[in-house]
Amino acid sequence: MTAPVDNEIPDNDIVLTTRSRLARNLADHPFLNRASDMQNALVMQTAQRVMLEAPLSEKTLWMDLDELTPLDRALLVERHLISRHHAESSLHRGVAISSDEHMSIMVNEEDHLRVQVLRKGSRLDETFEQLMRIDSMLEQHLDYAFHDQWGYLAVCPTNVGTGIRFSVMVHLPALRITNELAKVQRAAKELHLAVRGYYGEGSESTGHIYQVSNQVTLGRTEEEIQEEFSKSIIPALIDYERSARNVLMKKNSMLLDDRIQRAYSVLCSARLLKVDEAMKLLSRVRLGAALGHVDLSLQTVDDLFVQIQPAHLNQQAQSTLSDNDELELRALLVRNMLSQ
Amino acid sequence: MKCDLCNKPAVVHEVSITGGKKKEVHLCLEHAQAAGVALPGQQPINKLLTKFVIGQAPKTSGMQCPDCGITFAQIKRANLIGCPGCYNAFQDSLGSLIEHAQYGASSHVGRVPNRKHTPNQFELRARKLMKELDAAVTAEQYERAAVLRDRLDKLSTDVHTEKKDEQVEEPGS
Repeated sequence: MTAPVDNEIPDNDIVLTTRSRLARNLADHPFLNRASDMQNALVMQTAQRVMLEAPLSEKTLWMDLDELTPLDRALLVERHLISRHHAESSLHRGVAISSDEHMSIMVNEEDHLRVQVLRKGSRLDETFEQLMRIDSMLEQHLDYAFHDQWGYLAVCPTNVGTGIRFSVMVHLPALRITNELAKVQRAAKELHLAVRGYYGEGSESTGHIYQVSNQVTLGRTEEEIQEEFSKSIIPALIDYERSARNVLMKKNSMLLDDRIQRAYSVLCSARLLKVDEAMKLLSRVRLGAALGHVDLSLQTVDDLFVQIQPAHLNQQAQSTLSDNDELELRALLVRNMLSQ
Repeated sequence: MKCDLCNKPAVVHEVSITGGKKKEVHLCLEHAQAAGVALPGQQPINKLLTKFVIGQAPKTSGMQCPDCGITFAQIKRANLIGCPGCYNAFQDSLGSLIEHAQYGASSHVGRVPNRKHTPNQFELRARKLMKELDAAVTAEQYERAAVLRDRLDKLSTDVHTEKKDEQVEEPGS
Protein backbone atom coordinates (compact mmCIF):
# COMPACT_ATOMS: atom_id res chain seq x y z
CA MET A 1 0.00 0.00 0.00
CA THR A 2 1.32 3.43 -0.78
CA ALA A 3 0.53 6.40 1.36
CA PRO A 4 -1.66 9.13 -0.11
CA VAL A 5 0.53 11.70 -1.78
CA ASP A 6 0.18 15.15 -0.30
CA ASN A 7 3.03 17.40 -1.27
CA GLU A 8 1.88 20.14 1.01
CA ILE A 9 1.71 18.17 4.23
CA PRO A 10 4.24 15.33 4.26
CA ASP A 11 3.23 11.97 5.78
CA ASN A 12 -0.02 13.41 7.12
CA ASP A 13 -1.72 10.01 6.77
CA ILE A 14 0.00 9.30 10.12
CA VAL A 15 1.72 12.47 11.34
CA LEU A 16 -0.64 15.24 12.45
CA THR A 17 1.98 17.69 13.65
CA THR A 18 5.67 18.01 14.49
CA ARG A 19 6.98 20.38 17.09
CA SER A 20 10.35 21.63 18.37
CA ARG A 21 10.58 23.56 21.60
CA LEU A 22 13.17 25.11 23.88
CA ALA A 23 13.19 25.79 27.61
CA ARG A 24 15.06 29.01 28.42
CA ASN A 25 15.53 31.06 31.59
CA LEU A 26 16.92 34.50 32.25
CA ALA A 27 20.20 34.87 34.13
CA ASP A 28 20.07 36.62 37.51
CA HIS A 29 16.33 36.05 37.89
CA PRO A 30 14.86 33.50 40.30
CA PHE A 31 12.79 30.79 38.67
CA LEU A 32 9.02 31.05 38.82
CA ASN A 33 8.58 28.78 41.84
CA ARG A 34 10.86 31.02 43.98
CA ALA A 35 10.09 34.42 42.51
CA SER A 36 8.04 37.14 44.14
CA ASP A 37 5.10 38.71 42.37
CA MET A 38 7.19 41.69 41.37
CA GLN A 39 10.02 39.49 40.09
CA ASN A 40 7.58 37.59 37.89
CA ALA A 41 6.23 40.92 36.65
CA LEU A 42 9.75 42.02 35.76
CA VAL A 43 10.34 38.87 33.68
CA MET A 44 7.01 39.48 31.91
CA GLN A 45 7.92 43.11 31.23
CA THR A 46 11.34 42.19 29.86
CA ALA A 47 9.95 39.36 27.73
CA GLN A 48 7.09 41.45 26.34
CA ARG A 49 9.49 44.19 25.28
CA VAL A 50 11.70 41.69 23.44
CA MET A 51 8.82 39.78 21.82
CA LEU A 52 7.42 42.97 20.31
CA GLU A 53 10.78 44.42 19.23
CA ALA A 54 12.64 41.40 17.85
CA PRO A 55 11.58 40.32 14.34
CA LEU A 56 10.58 36.83 15.48
CA SER A 57 7.92 36.39 12.80
CA GLU A 58 6.19 38.49 10.15
CA LYS A 59 3.56 39.47 12.64
CA THR A 60 3.75 38.61 16.31
CA LEU A 61 0.79 38.94 18.66
CA TRP A 62 1.40 39.42 22.36
CA MET A 63 -1.20 38.32 24.88
CA ASP A 64 -1.25 38.89 28.61
CA LEU A 65 -3.05 35.81 29.91
CA ASP A 66 -4.44 37.74 32.88
CA GLU A 67 -6.37 39.92 30.47
CA LEU A 68 -7.84 37.02 28.52
CA THR A 69 -11.11 35.36 29.41
CA PRO A 70 -11.05 31.69 30.46
CA LEU A 71 -12.65 30.91 27.07
CA ASP A 72 -9.82 32.63 25.18
CA ARG A 73 -7.24 30.74 27.21
CA ALA A 74 -9.02 27.46 26.50
CA LEU A 75 -9.00 28.27 22.78
CA LEU A 76 -5.22 28.67 22.90
CA VAL A 77 -4.89 25.30 24.67
CA GLU A 78 -7.10 23.59 22.10
CA ARG A 79 -4.85 24.97 19.34
CA HIS A 80 -1.77 23.68 21.22
CA LEU A 81 -0.37 27.22 21.49
CA ILE A 82 -0.19 27.20 25.29
CA SER A 83 -0.21 24.35 27.79
CA ARG A 84 -3.07 23.57 30.14
CA HIS A 85 -0.75 24.43 33.02
CA HIS A 86 -0.11 27.86 31.52
CA ALA A 87 -3.81 28.50 30.96
CA GLU A 88 -4.73 27.60 34.53
CA SER A 89 -2.05 29.77 36.13
CA SER A 90 -2.68 33.01 37.94
CA LEU A 91 -0.54 36.11 37.57
CA HIS A 92 2.03 37.57 35.19
CA ARG A 93 1.95 35.04 32.40
CA GLY A 94 1.88 35.80 28.73
CA VAL A 95 2.33 34.36 25.29
CA ALA A 96 3.67 35.61 21.97
CA ILE A 97 2.14 33.96 18.91
CA SER A 98 2.97 34.40 15.25
CA SER A 99 -0.13 35.20 13.19
CA ASP A 100 0.33 31.95 11.19
CA GLU A 101 0.29 30.11 14.57
CA HIS A 102 3.55 28.30 13.79
CA MET A 103 5.43 29.95 16.65
CA SER A 104 4.44 30.46 20.24
CA ILE A 105 6.53 31.65 23.16
CA MET A 106 5.05 31.07 26.59
CA VAL A 107 6.34 33.44 29.25
CA ASN A 108 6.41 32.32 32.88
CA GLU A 109 5.07 28.83 32.25
CA GLU A 110 7.38 26.45 34.15
CA ASP A 111 10.48 28.16 32.76
CA HIS A 112 10.75 31.87 32.02
CA LEU A 113 10.44 31.10 28.31
CA ARG A 114 9.10 28.10 26.41
CA VAL A 115 9.68 28.67 22.72
CA GLN A 116 7.92 26.35 20.29
CA VAL A 117 7.54 25.95 16.55
CA LEU A 118 4.68 23.73 15.41
CA ARG A 119 3.86 22.57 11.87
CA LYS A 120 1.33 20.23 10.31
CA GLY A 121 2.68 16.93 9.01
CA SER A 122 6.20 15.58 9.28
CA ARG A 123 8.29 18.74 9.13
CA LEU A 124 10.66 18.43 12.03
CA ASP A 125 13.64 19.83 10.15
CA GLU A 126 11.75 23.00 9.26
CA THR A 127 10.51 23.49 12.82
CA PHE A 128 14.02 22.96 14.16
CA GLU A 129 15.60 25.47 11.77
CA GLN A 130 12.98 28.08 12.60
CA LEU A 131 13.38 27.44 16.32
CA MET A 132 17.15 27.93 16.15
CA ARG A 133 16.66 31.19 14.24
CA ILE A 134 14.23 32.46 16.88
CA ASP A 135 16.59 31.41 19.68
CA SER A 136 19.49 33.31 18.07
CA MET A 137 17.33 36.41 17.80
CA LEU A 138 16.19 36.19 21.40
CA GLU A 139 19.79 35.79 22.54
CA GLN A 140 20.62 39.18 21.07
CA HIS A 141 18.21 40.75 23.55
CA LEU A 142 18.23 38.44 26.56
CA ASP A 143 20.90 37.13 28.88
CA TYR A 144 20.11 33.43 29.25
CA ALA A 145 21.03 31.43 32.36
CA PHE A 146 23.87 29.18 31.19
CA HIS A 147 26.34 26.89 32.99
CA ASP A 148 29.58 25.58 31.49
CA GLN A 149 28.88 21.99 32.52
CA TRP A 150 25.09 21.84 32.32
CA GLY A 151 24.36 24.20 29.46
CA TYR A 152 21.08 26.11 29.45
CA LEU A 153 19.65 26.02 32.95
CA ALA A 154 16.06 25.01 33.57
CA VAL A 155 13.61 24.75 36.45
CA CYS A 156 13.37 20.97 36.12
CA PRO A 157 16.49 18.75 35.76
CA THR A 158 14.74 16.96 32.86
CA ASN A 159 15.15 20.08 30.68
CA VAL A 160 18.76 21.02 31.46
CA GLY A 161 21.40 21.17 28.70
CA THR A 162 20.00 21.92 25.28
CA GLY A 163 16.52 22.47 26.71
CA ILE A 164 15.24 21.03 23.45
CA ARG A 165 12.24 18.78 23.12
CA PHE A 166 11.06 17.39 19.79
CA SER A 167 7.64 15.93 19.61
CA VAL A 168 5.57 14.29 16.94
CA MET A 169 1.80 13.83 17.12
CA VAL A 170 0.89 10.60 15.40
CA HIS A 171 -2.33 8.77 14.57
CA LEU A 172 -1.83 5.06 15.32
CA PRO A 173 -5.24 3.35 15.03
CA ALA A 174 -3.98 0.23 13.21
CA LEU A 175 -1.30 -0.45 15.83
CA ARG A 176 -4.02 -0.15 18.47
CA ILE A 177 -6.45 -2.45 16.63
CA THR A 178 -3.73 -5.10 16.01
CA ASN A 179 -2.59 -4.91 19.65
CA GLU A 180 0.90 -3.89 18.58
CA LEU A 181 0.88 -0.58 20.41
CA ALA A 182 2.33 -2.02 23.61
CA LYS A 183 5.42 -3.13 21.66
CA VAL A 184 5.90 0.38 20.32
CA GLN A 185 5.50 1.81 23.82
CA ARG A 186 8.13 -0.61 25.17
CA ALA A 187 10.54 0.28 22.36
CA ALA A 188 9.93 3.98 23.01
CA LYS A 189 10.76 3.49 26.68
CA GLU A 190 14.04 1.80 25.83
CA LEU A 191 14.91 4.73 23.59
CA HIS A 192 14.10 7.15 26.45
CA LEU A 193 11.09 8.56 24.65
CA ALA A 194 7.90 9.71 26.34
CA VAL A 195 4.54 8.68 24.86
CA ARG A 196 1.69 11.00 25.86
CA GLY A 197 -1.87 11.86 24.87
CA TYR A 198 -3.45 14.52 22.67
CA TYR A 199 -2.74 17.41 25.04
CA GLY A 200 0.78 16.34 26.04
CA GLU A 201 1.94 15.89 29.62
CA GLY A 202 -0.67 14.35 31.90
CA SER A 203 -3.23 13.76 29.17
CA GLU A 204 -4.73 10.52 27.94
CA SER A 205 -4.74 9.40 24.36
CA THR A 206 -7.94 10.32 22.55
CA GLY A 207 -8.79 9.04 19.10
CA HIS A 208 -5.62 6.92 18.93
CA ILE A 209 -3.52 10.08 18.79
CA TYR A 210 -0.20 10.00 20.64
CA GLN A 211 2.59 12.49 21.21
CA VAL A 212 6.08 11.01 21.19
CA SER A 213 8.97 13.13 22.49
CA ASN A 214 12.60 12.83 23.61
CA GLN A 215 13.32 12.75 27.33
CA VAL A 216 17.08 13.32 27.23
CA THR A 217 18.16 16.93 26.68
CA LEU A 218 21.75 16.71 27.96
CA GLY A 219 24.94 15.10 26.65
CA ARG A 220 23.99 15.32 22.96
CA THR A 221 23.87 18.24 20.57
CA GLU A 222 20.60 19.65 19.34
CA GLU A 223 21.44 18.37 15.86
CA GLU A 224 22.13 14.83 17.11
CA ILE A 225 18.80 14.65 18.90
CA GLN A 226 17.00 16.14 15.91
CA GLU A 227 18.68 13.77 13.44
CA GLU A 228 17.72 10.74 15.47
CA PHE A 229 14.14 11.98 15.57
CA SER A 230 13.96 12.87 11.88
CA LYS A 231 15.84 9.90 10.48
CA SER A 232 15.02 7.07 12.88
CA ILE A 233 12.14 7.68 15.25
CA ILE A 234 9.53 9.34 13.01
CA PRO A 235 10.21 7.02 10.03
CA ALA A 236 10.02 3.99 12.35
CA LEU A 237 6.65 5.12 13.77
CA ILE A 238 5.34 5.70 10.24
CA ASP A 239 6.61 2.29 9.08
CA TYR A 240 5.09 0.42 12.03
CA GLU A 241 1.69 2.03 11.55
CA ARG A 242 1.70 1.57 7.76
CA SER A 243 2.68 -2.12 8.19
CA ALA A 244 -0.15 -2.60 10.69
CA ARG A 245 -2.56 -0.95 8.23
CA ASN A 246 -1.33 -3.33 5.50
CA VAL A 247 -1.91 -6.32 7.74
CA LEU A 248 -5.43 -5.11 8.53
CA MET A 249 -6.19 -4.53 4.85
CA LYS A 250 -5.00 -8.00 3.92
CA LYS A 251 -6.39 -10.04 6.78
CA ASN A 252 -9.50 -8.17 7.93
CA SER A 253 -10.39 -5.94 5.05
CA MET A 254 -14.16 -6.30 5.46
CA LEU A 255 -14.03 -5.90 9.24
CA LEU A 256 -11.89 -2.78 8.85
CA ASP A 257 -14.22 -1.31 6.23
CA ASP A 258 -17.20 -2.09 8.44
CA ARG A 259 -15.71 -0.18 11.34
CA ILE A 260 -14.84 2.80 9.18
CA GLN A 261 -18.24 2.97 7.45
CA ARG A 262 -20.15 2.57 10.72
CA ALA A 263 -18.17 5.42 12.27
CA TYR A 264 -18.77 7.57 9.20
CA SER A 265 -22.50 6.84 9.26
CA VAL A 266 -22.84 7.71 12.93
CA LEU A 267 -20.99 10.99 12.42
CA CYS A 268 -23.18 11.81 9.42
CA SER A 269 -26.40 11.20 11.29
CA ALA A 270 -25.82 11.80 15.01
CA ARG A 271 -27.81 14.62 16.60
CA LEU A 272 -25.87 14.72 19.89
CA LEU A 273 -22.12 14.06 20.21
CA LYS A 274 -19.80 14.01 23.20
CA VAL A 275 -16.24 15.12 22.54
CA ASP A 276 -14.65 11.74 23.40
CA GLU A 277 -17.12 9.84 21.26
CA ALA A 278 -16.59 12.22 18.36
CA MET A 279 -12.79 11.87 18.65
CA LYS A 280 -13.02 8.07 18.59
CA LEU A 281 -15.31 8.02 15.58
CA LEU A 282 -13.27 10.65 13.75
CA SER A 283 -10.17 8.53 14.37
CA ARG A 284 -11.74 5.64 12.43
CA VAL A 285 -12.91 7.95 9.69
CA ARG A 286 -9.41 9.44 9.49
CA LEU A 287 -8.04 5.94 8.96
CA GLY A 288 -10.67 5.46 6.25
CA ALA A 289 -9.67 8.74 4.58
CA ALA A 290 -5.98 7.72 4.67
CA LEU A 291 -6.79 4.34 3.08
CA GLY A 292 -9.20 5.73 0.52
CA HIS A 293 -12.27 4.05 2.06
CA VAL A 294 -14.11 7.35 2.48
CA ASP A 295 -14.00 10.34 0.20
CA LEU A 296 -12.78 12.90 2.65
CA SER A 297 -9.60 14.94 3.02
CA LEU A 298 -7.37 14.30 6.00
CA GLN A 299 -7.26 18.04 6.54
CA THR A 300 -11.03 18.15 7.09
CA VAL A 301 -10.75 15.50 9.80
CA ASP A 302 -7.79 17.24 11.45
CA ASP A 303 -9.66 20.55 11.41
CA LEU A 304 -12.61 18.80 13.03
CA PHE A 305 -10.39 17.43 15.81
CA VAL A 306 -9.84 21.06 16.84
CA GLN A 307 -13.23 22.55 15.93
CA ILE A 308 -15.23 20.07 18.03
CA GLN A 309 -13.37 20.95 21.25
CA PRO A 310 -15.57 22.72 23.85
CA ALA A 311 -13.97 26.18 23.72
CA HIS A 312 -14.12 26.29 19.92
CA LEU A 313 -17.82 25.41 19.99
CA ASN A 314 -18.54 28.06 22.60
CA GLN A 315 -16.60 30.58 20.56
CA GLN A 316 -18.57 29.67 17.45
CA ALA A 317 -21.87 30.02 19.30
CA GLN A 318 -20.75 33.37 20.75
CA SER A 319 -22.30 32.36 24.04
CA THR A 320 -21.87 29.96 26.92
CA LEU A 321 -23.47 26.74 25.76
CA SER A 322 -25.38 24.43 28.05
CA ASP A 323 -24.12 20.84 28.09
CA ASN A 324 -26.91 19.71 25.81
CA ASP A 325 -26.50 22.61 23.39
CA GLU A 326 -22.80 21.80 23.16
CA LEU A 327 -23.54 18.18 22.17
CA GLU A 328 -26.06 19.38 19.60
CA LEU A 329 -23.77 22.00 18.06
CA ARG A 330 -20.91 19.50 17.87
CA ALA A 331 -23.07 16.99 16.00
CA LEU A 332 -24.32 19.70 13.63
CA LEU A 333 -20.81 20.94 12.90
CA VAL A 334 -19.56 17.42 12.17
CA ARG A 335 -22.53 16.70 9.86
CA ASN A 336 -21.98 19.95 7.98
CA MET A 337 -18.26 19.47 7.52
CA LEU A 338 -18.58 15.84 6.43
CA SER A 339 -21.24 16.68 3.85
CA GLN A 340 -19.18 19.41 2.18
CA MET B 1 30.01 8.91 92.66
CA LYS B 2 32.06 10.91 90.23
CA CYS B 3 33.14 10.05 86.72
CA ASP B 4 36.55 8.33 86.41
CA LEU B 5 37.56 10.88 83.78
CA CYS B 6 36.09 14.13 85.09
CA ASN B 7 34.32 15.61 88.07
CA LYS B 8 30.79 15.21 86.73
CA PRO B 9 28.40 12.70 88.36
CA ALA B 10 28.82 9.20 86.97
CA VAL B 11 25.71 7.71 85.39
CA VAL B 12 27.18 4.49 83.99
CA HIS B 13 28.66 1.94 86.34
CA GLU B 14 30.21 -1.18 84.92
CA VAL B 15 31.69 -3.93 87.02
CA SER B 16 33.56 -6.72 85.32
CA ILE B 17 35.59 -9.59 86.72
CA THR B 18 38.30 -10.87 84.45
CA GLY B 19 40.76 -13.53 85.64
CA GLY B 20 39.62 -13.13 89.21
CA LYS B 21 40.28 -9.41 89.13
CA LYS B 22 37.42 -7.02 89.68
CA LYS B 23 37.35 -3.92 87.50
CA GLU B 24 35.00 -1.01 88.06
CA VAL B 25 34.28 1.75 85.55
CA HIS B 26 32.20 4.83 86.42
CA LEU B 27 31.48 7.34 83.66
CA CYS B 28 29.43 10.48 83.21
CA LEU B 29 26.93 10.77 80.34
CA GLU B 30 29.35 12.49 77.97
CA HIS B 31 32.25 10.11 78.55
CA ALA B 32 29.95 7.08 78.42
CA GLN B 33 28.69 8.17 75.00
CA ALA B 34 32.23 8.94 73.87
CA ALA B 35 33.28 5.43 74.89
CA GLY B 36 30.32 3.95 73.00
CA VAL B 37 28.62 2.67 76.14
CA ALA B 38 24.83 2.76 75.96
CA LEU B 39 22.81 3.80 78.95
CA PRO B 40 20.26 1.36 80.31
CA GLY B 41 17.06 1.90 78.33
CA GLN B 42 18.93 3.91 75.76
CA GLN B 43 19.77 1.17 73.35
CA PRO B 44 20.84 2.74 70.09
CA ILE B 45 18.10 2.36 67.49
CA ASN B 46 20.43 0.59 65.09
CA LYS B 47 20.90 -2.21 67.65
CA LEU B 48 17.15 -2.63 68.01
CA LEU B 49 16.48 -2.98 64.30
CA THR B 50 17.32 -6.11 62.40
CA LYS B 51 17.70 -4.36 59.09
CA PHE B 52 18.92 -0.86 58.69
CA VAL B 53 20.96 1.24 56.36
CA ILE B 54 23.05 4.07 57.61
CA GLY B 55 22.58 6.83 55.09
CA GLN B 56 25.00 9.66 54.84
CA ALA B 57 22.80 12.73 54.85
CA PRO B 58 23.79 14.99 51.97
CA LYS B 59 25.93 17.78 53.32
CA THR B 60 23.84 20.25 51.34
CA SER B 61 20.45 19.16 52.68
CA GLY B 62 20.22 21.93 55.26
CA MET B 63 22.18 24.50 53.32
CA GLN B 64 20.34 27.32 51.60
CA CYS B 65 21.00 28.76 48.16
CA PRO B 66 22.50 32.22 48.81
CA ASP B 67 20.49 33.67 45.93
CA CYS B 68 16.97 32.32 46.43
CA GLY B 69 17.06 30.68 49.87
CA ILE B 70 15.84 27.24 48.76
CA THR B 71 17.33 24.14 50.44
CA PHE B 72 18.43 21.04 48.56
CA ALA B 73 15.81 19.01 50.43
CA GLN B 74 13.12 21.29 48.94
CA ILE B 75 14.58 20.91 45.46
CA LYS B 76 14.66 17.14 45.78
CA ARG B 77 11.10 16.96 47.07
CA ALA B 78 9.54 18.94 44.20
CA ASN B 79 12.19 18.18 41.55
CA LEU B 80 12.20 21.91 40.85
CA ILE B 81 15.27 24.12 41.10
CA GLY B 82 14.95 27.62 42.59
CA CYS B 83 17.21 29.84 40.50
CA PRO B 84 20.33 29.81 38.29
CA GLY B 85 22.46 30.29 41.44
CA CYS B 86 21.28 26.91 42.83
CA TYR B 87 23.34 25.17 40.15
CA ASN B 88 26.53 26.51 41.77
CA ALA B 89 25.35 26.33 45.37
CA PHE B 90 24.40 22.64 45.15
CA GLN B 91 26.77 21.59 42.38
CA ASP B 92 27.60 18.10 43.75
CA SER B 93 24.14 17.08 44.89
CA LEU B 94 22.45 18.49 41.79
CA GLY B 95 24.91 16.56 39.63
CA SER B 96 23.49 13.22 40.68
CA LEU B 97 19.90 14.49 40.40
CA ILE B 98 20.55 15.70 36.85
CA GLU B 99 22.36 12.51 35.83
CA HIS B 100 19.41 10.49 37.08
CA ALA B 101 16.91 12.64 35.15
CA GLN B 102 19.08 12.55 32.02
CA TYR B 103 19.72 8.79 31.97
CA GLY B 104 23.40 9.13 32.92
CA ALA B 105 24.33 12.20 30.85
CA SER B 106 26.33 14.73 32.85
CA SER B 107 27.74 17.36 30.49
CA HIS B 108 26.34 19.74 27.94
CA VAL B 109 27.79 19.43 24.45
CA GLY B 110 25.31 21.52 22.47
CA ARG B 111 24.84 25.12 21.56
CA VAL B 112 26.28 27.93 23.68
CA PRO B 113 25.01 31.50 23.79
CA ASN B 114 26.40 33.42 20.82
CA ARG B 115 26.69 36.68 22.60
CA LYS B 116 26.49 37.42 26.24
CA HIS B 117 23.75 39.99 26.54
CA THR B 118 24.80 43.14 28.36
CA PRO B 119 22.01 44.42 30.56
CA ASN B 120 20.95 47.95 29.61
CA GLN B 121 20.43 50.82 32.02
CA PHE B 122 16.74 49.97 32.41
CA GLU B 123 17.45 46.38 33.41
CA LEU B 124 20.23 47.34 35.82
CA ARG B 125 18.07 49.94 37.53
CA ALA B 126 15.09 47.60 37.61
CA ARG B 127 17.15 44.78 39.17
CA LYS B 128 18.53 47.15 41.81
CA LEU B 129 15.02 48.37 42.66
CA MET B 130 13.78 44.77 42.80
CA LYS B 131 16.44 43.83 45.34
CA GLU B 132 15.61 46.86 47.48
CA LEU B 133 11.92 46.01 47.21
CA ASP B 134 12.51 42.42 48.32
CA ALA B 135 14.53 43.64 51.29
CA ALA B 136 11.80 46.15 52.25
CA VAL B 137 9.07 43.49 52.09
CA THR B 138 11.18 41.07 54.15
CA ALA B 139 11.76 43.79 56.75
CA GLU B 140 8.01 44.58 56.71
CA GLN B 141 8.75 48.18 55.65
CA TYR B 142 5.59 48.44 53.61
CA GLU B 143 5.63 52.20 53.07
CA ARG B 144 9.10 52.01 51.60
CA ALA B 145 8.03 48.99 49.53
CA ALA B 146 5.15 51.00 48.07
CA VAL B 147 7.53 53.84 47.11
CA LEU B 148 9.90 51.35 45.44
CA ARG B 149 7.04 49.69 43.58
CA ASP B 150 5.90 53.07 42.23
CA ARG B 151 9.45 53.78 41.09
CA LEU B 152 9.54 50.45 39.25
CA ASP B 153 6.24 51.27 37.54
CA LYS B 154 7.52 54.71 36.55
CA LEU B 155 10.74 53.19 35.22
CA SER B 156 8.74 50.86 33.02
CA THR B 157 6.55 53.72 31.72
CA ASP B 158 9.62 55.88 31.03
CA VAL B 159 11.23 53.12 29.00
CA HIS B 160 8.13 52.60 26.86
CA THR B 161 7.76 56.35 26.31
CA GLU B 162 11.44 56.61 25.37
CA LYS B 163 11.01 53.77 22.85
CA LYS B 164 7.95 55.39 21.28
CA ASP B 165 9.77 58.74 21.00
CA GLU B 166 12.70 57.03 19.31
CA GLN B 167 10.36 55.40 16.81
CA VAL B 168 8.67 58.69 16.02
CA GLU B 169 11.98 60.50 15.59
CA GLU B 170 13.58 57.84 13.41
CA PRO B 171 12.13 58.80 9.97
CA GLY B 172 13.36 62.39 10.14
CA SER B 173 16.69 61.66 11.75
